[in-house]
Amino acid sequence: MSAVTSAHDEHDDHGPKKGFMRWLTTTNHKDIGTMYLVFALVMFFVGGAMALVIRAELFEPGLQFVNPQFFNSMTTMHALIMIFGAVMPAFAGFANWMIPMMIGAPDMALPRMNNMSFWLLVAGGVLLFSTLFMEGGAPAAGWTMYPPLVLQTGNSLPFAIFSIHLLGVSSIMAAINIVATIFNMRAPGMGLMKMPMFVWTWLITGFLLIAVMPVFAGAVTMLLTDRFFETSFFDAAGGGDPVLYQHIFWFFGHPEVYILILPTFGLASTIIPVFARKPLFGYHSMVYATIVIAFLSFVVWAHHMFTVGMPIAGELFFMYATMLVAVPTGVKVFNWIATMWKGAMTFETPMLFTVAFVVLFTLGGFSGLMLAIAPADFQYHDSYFIVAHFHYVLVPGTVFMIIAGTYYWLPKWTGHRYNEKLAKVHFWMSTISVNVLFFPQHFLGLAGMPRRIPDYAVQFAEFNMISSVGGFLFGFSQLIFLYIIIKTIRGGEKATGEVWEGAKKHGLEWTLPSPVPYHTFETPPKIK
Amino acid sequence: MSSKDGYYIPHRATWPWVGTVGLAIMLAGFANVLNDSPIGKPMMIIGFATVIIMMVGWFTLQAIESESGMYNAQVSISYRLGMMWFIFSEVMFFAVFFGTLYYIRDLSVDWLGGVGDGPGRSTNMLWEGYQSTWPTNGPGNVGGDYEPMGAFGLPLLNTLILLSSGVTVTWAHWGMIIKDRQQLIRGLIATVVLGFLFVFFQGLEYHEAYSEMGLTLGSGVYGSTFFMLTGFHGLHVTIGAIMLTVVLFRSWKGHFTADNHFVFEAAAWYWHFVDVVWLGLFVFVYLF
Repeated sequence: MSAVTSAHDEHDDHGPKKGFMRWLTTTNHKDIGTMYLVFALVMFFVGGAMALVIRAELFEPGLQFVNPQFFNSMTTMHALIMIFGAVMPAFAGFANWMIPMMIGAPDMALPRMNNMSFWLLVAGGVLLFSTLFMEGGAPAAGWTMYPPLVLQTGNSLPFAIFSIHLLGVSSIMAAINIVATIFNMRAPGMGLMKMPMFVWTWLITGFLLIAVMPVFAGAVTMLLTDRFFETSFFDAAGGGDPVLYQHIFWFFGHPEVYILILPTFGLASTIIPVFARKPLFGYHSMVYATIVIAFLSFVVWAHHMFTVGMPIAGELFFMYATMLVAVPTGVKVFNWIATMWKGAMTFETPMLFTVAFVVLFTLGGFSGLMLAIAPADFQYHDSYFIVAHFHYVLVPGTVFMIIAGTYYWLPKWTGHRYNEKLAKVHFWMSTISVNVLFFPQHFLGLAGMPRRIPDYAVQFAEFNMISSVGGFLFGFSQLIFLYIIIKTIRGGEKATGEVWEGAKKHGLEWTLPSPVPYHTFETPPKIK
Repeated sequence: MSSKDGYYIPHRATWPWVGTVGLAIMLAGFANVLNDSPIGKPMMIIGFATVIIMMVGWFTLQAIESESGMYNAQVSISYRLGMMWFIFSEVMFFAVFFGTLYYIRDLSVDWLGGVGDGPGRSTNMLWEGYQSTWPTNGPGNVGGDYEPMGAFGLPLLNTLILLSSGVTVTWAHWGMIIKDRQQLIRGLIATVVLGFLFVFFQGLEYHEAYSEMGLTLGSGVYGSTFFMLTGFHGLHVTIGAIMLTVVLFRSWKGHFTADNHFVFEAAAWYWHFVDVVWLGLFVFVYLF
């Protein structure tokens, strides 16, 4: 008796079919996970190339390479691509690959919808890219797309809006699928409080996605009707209010940034115990902290708009609510440190990236606390300080953990060990250059350099130059990453099922052979 | 192998990518229409047709699989979870427009009229003499003079229609449970008819607004919120009525049993959700 049924005419238990149709029609969570990860990797380089255009232009004061309109398109597209094309798909890829294996499920709960959510992502990506070649250029009003500025976008506006609709539908479908999988597909005996932290953080992330992606869809729909169908939502002459857009956008936008960071927390909580050879410290408090962070994410949105002219009560509420976020986040950071405390630590590449994450993410968190203080934010608002802040939490934060997760599971996926020596070179290059890239931006911001500006006063020249050098170093260091991944897929030292010493104790996925068979846990494992 | 003992996992899916292609072409076509490009319309038609083909194909496939007993209890729970979370996402979508209405009516229109003005607040300087009221089409009298939509008349009739349809769909559900096919089918027919009747009356109401009351989507922020909220609701009523029509046809063909009728329940949940949204609309858009 098998625990999984397939349609009678399908017999691909011996392995998948070959060619493009395999990928187009697949419903296998591992195939779809791979597609998500490859898509994310490609977008990571595309978005990174756009960042390098920005850093090249800012290397010196004055206009050298691109015109200001294109520069603004680059900042806008860089953000949209990194958020919706790189980071979110990378996490969806990890979720697809790992969650069924971590909870002992044969596949995702809704496999056909899983296929559709990936291909909708591609469709949304194609629409977004097409805007680069349109009359009037790609959207250039920033990824936040504030009206009335964004309504001046040329032909690309409806394409950008519909691409957001498609990406939103794709994310909602992926999130519904993941939540349904976690609630319904766990192996018998795996209670909610026995789930791995990565699964927990994705459950909460899934909830956030389902809650806020429709909000974003609504906001951009109103932009569309304001531009093409004569509505006045954001036009004061008709009784509307442009600030309304900012409220709606950030009601989506703040939970969205937590969508980008919560799975990261889950990865750190997964990786640290393995390399510290200790169970995770304070599992329950980690779960509760995640839930509290998710709840708080809904009541802090207006800290993105302290300077817009809110009533004083609003400024105060959002200031204190924002500061509260530091409490559950602090719980997490201390728990990670406590997990490492007196552990038998080794520093393979995933652990190196994770330790760097804990330190540098916390640094980004501290500058976040500075920004939370409303009167201080009046000074920092829209300056390079904010750019430094969110890049510290997103690059050495989120992106580092995506890299760590890739190194951590790559042997499991491919069956080969990656080149540890080269990976360590990649780590040191990345960690040093990322700080050269973003640390000086704090100073630039505090000295008054505004963000989203192609030219600047001569006094900012030195730090910009340092930052640009760091940017190019960081960008080209990632080619090492690409090289390692390709090499590992094509061959290398055979990996054992457990891969990391003692990992079997830390998760079901390590009880499977490497590379993982195409179908796993067709009969649910027994959980003690 | 019997499917009762296993979680059904389909291999090779065609409809998802067909639907994706259709949606992408349809939206790209719509964007081209908005940019006054001649290729927009044909693209939209091709895309829309593809989406319809996908829906027919995918629904048929699911119906065949369901009737041949391939979905066990666990699969059914996955579908239920999927539908519940989907409805939650729809709730959030409507929350945006209700939130917009609240913010505009209770905060920003007042600010525009100078409420809360003090030293340093300059709102009323830009629109001197503007008195904030509701409904309003703003200080610019955008869209010209108009008459706001009253609550009694067609909207009240539609409220009664939608509430009764909630009753008939529950009656149909009872028919399903007590294995009375006649009651099931009659209940569904009544629900579908009431649903489309609602849409018809809403069309009539819109026609009246445009042709006689001067109330259009362009009538300032009142027109914007009115048509956006009621329009998206009407769209969802249409979607719900189509879902129920599919359920009706399947009931006719003898599908579903007393303990295996997820699609019926999903459509019914959706129908009740649409009903509740309407009550919110009736109170906040029409009545007050």
